[in-house]
Amino acid sequence: MDLTILLVKGIIILAIFAITLGIAAYSTYAERKVAAFLQDRIGPNRAGPFGLLQPLADAGKMFFKEDFIPAQASKWLFILGPCLAMLTALMSSAVIPFGDTIKFGNYAIPVQAIEINIGVLYIFGVVSLGVYGVMVGGWASNNKFSLLGAIRAASQNISYEIALGLSLIAILMMSGSLSLKAIIDEQATFFEWNIFTQPLGFIIFLTCSFAECNRTPFDLPECETELVGGYHTEYSSMKLGFYLFAEYINMFVSSAFISALYFGGFHYPFMNEVGQALEKSLGTITGHNVATALGVIVYFGKIFFFIFFYMWVRWTLPRFRYDQLMNLGWKTFIPLAILNVVLTGAGLLYNFKYATWLIAIVMIVLAVTSTARAPKRDIIPQQS
Amino acid sequence: MQLTNRSKQVSNKEMTLAEKMYLPAVIGGLAITIRHFFRKKPTIQYPEVKKYLGPIYRGHHILKRDEQGRERCTACGLCAVACPAEAISMVAAERKKGEESLYREEKYAAVYEINMLRCIFCGLCEEACPKQAVYLRHDQMVPVFQERDEVIYGKDKLVEKMDDRYIRANNSEVKTTPTEPSLTRAAT
Repeated sequence: MDLTILLVKGIIILAIFAITLGIAAYSTYAERKVAAFLQDRIGPNRAGPFGLLQPLADAGKMFFKEDFIPAQASKWLFILGPCLAMLTALMSSAVIPFGDTIKFGNYAIPVQAIEINIGVLYIFGVVSLGVYGVMVGGWASNNKFSLLGAIRAASQNISYEIALGLSLIAILMMSGSLSLKAIIDEQATFFEWNIFTQPLGFIIFLTCSFAECNRTPFDLPECETELVGGYHTEYSSMKLGFYLFAEYINMFVSSAFISALYFGGFHYPFMNEVGQALEKSLGTITGHNVATALGVIVYFGKIFFFIFFYMWVRWTLPRFRYDQLMNLGWKTFIPLAILNVVLTGAGLLYNFKYATWLIAIVMIVLAVTSTARAPKRDIIPQQS
Repeated sequence: MQLTNRSKQVSNKEMTLAEKMYLPAVIGGLAITIRHFFRKKPTIQYPEVKKYLGPIYRGHHILKRDEQGRERCTACGLCAVACPAEAISMVAAERKKGEESLYREEKYAAVYEINMLRCIFCGLCEEACPKQAVYLRHDQMVPVFQERDEVIYGKDKLVEKMDDRYIRANNSEVKTTPTEPSLTRAAT
């Protein structure tokens, strides 16, 4: 390990850290703005131009509020909860490759905090630890509603993590590697993006990551009508802020993860042509770096789209009932994910990547026929 | 009784497979919300832009003078009796010689106070007044107050200024910011 590499790595790690925090902060602003726009409102527009200073104002408010710890709460666990949530949220962005390599003299340094060949496994490990933050927080509050929220969070996360992992297995089978960089590089051509080869897997993965992030329609851990607020009922000031902030960081990381796994990460159509043209006009090193920067921008575009999608869904769908949630997870997604794995395997045997479209086609046919055969809803005029 | 033509019959029938898959309904819902994203917002930026609230809006109280600048109020007390919130109180006095240009009748209100914390802006004082002396302005709200001793409005705040007379203009052309004094300033 050379000093230069160490230095550049350090800069990249710090930059990723700062970007993660910045994006999470402005996600809170974006959430409010998107919510307002979807509901025909305007949203925050008083603090600074277009309300852009709103996150700062919110942070200031969070810091100056009273930090209250209930007398009967387990004090250290109560403090540990938000710390755990924040820690696991921040750790998971370490292995996401945000771009290709930066050429620096003789070195080619990947734009990634740490390049390890078990990146996907690492993310899964960290993400599954994330539920401890919620669980510990809900337990330490010594409040039955918090505990119920925490239990709901834990069981939901556990049951959806199985389907999440299984839907990912198909991708791992196709790329043959657990490294996120390898998975992204495998999707170099446009029609080999995993969204085209794994449509069903993508839907399962997307839904399960909604559940993992505790976002609507899977936001059962926090629910004012049933649980007074959920696992963070007893939390105030910056501890609550950490929980909510961790949720936004998770949203960012999972958006990055989805774009990396299914939408080709920093790849975009005609990338090689663009890269070659840039290298020809700007020289090998500068051209390569500019092409990398372009890839990073494209990647962030995809990430922002998915963050927007999270918000879009949040203001569209109502929350699931708890038994519906469990039914969907265990009885639908896990069998479908296993079927997806089997079909992908069969497709790989015969060297045909698009085998899983079979499930999609069968499902569409079944849906259409069932709708056609269903008894027509007879409309009874309402009694006056 | 059917209240709207958009009501739907609730049914308990089994969902079809397509409905159980959720996805078509989810995509339909997303399409609806994204259409709202690009829609024009009906929001009015309140303190900067104000909406015309109509000629019958009940706002700030005013004690009218007549054309010659004499106070119309004779301190009969009917407004105070009519007031359901008991916000109005007054002290009557007799007009002295030489004050004919100040007060229209022999009796007048030496003190006339409205407690703005109590007032509910019902407009009953306006209706009860036989001399057409009390009005609630349609174009001005009671300003926000921070101190408790600011909330009792005496004659200094209620009696209208002769250079800025209030008329209840039923002007349908007035669409924006009627709180600007220029829009309602009397021509006389």
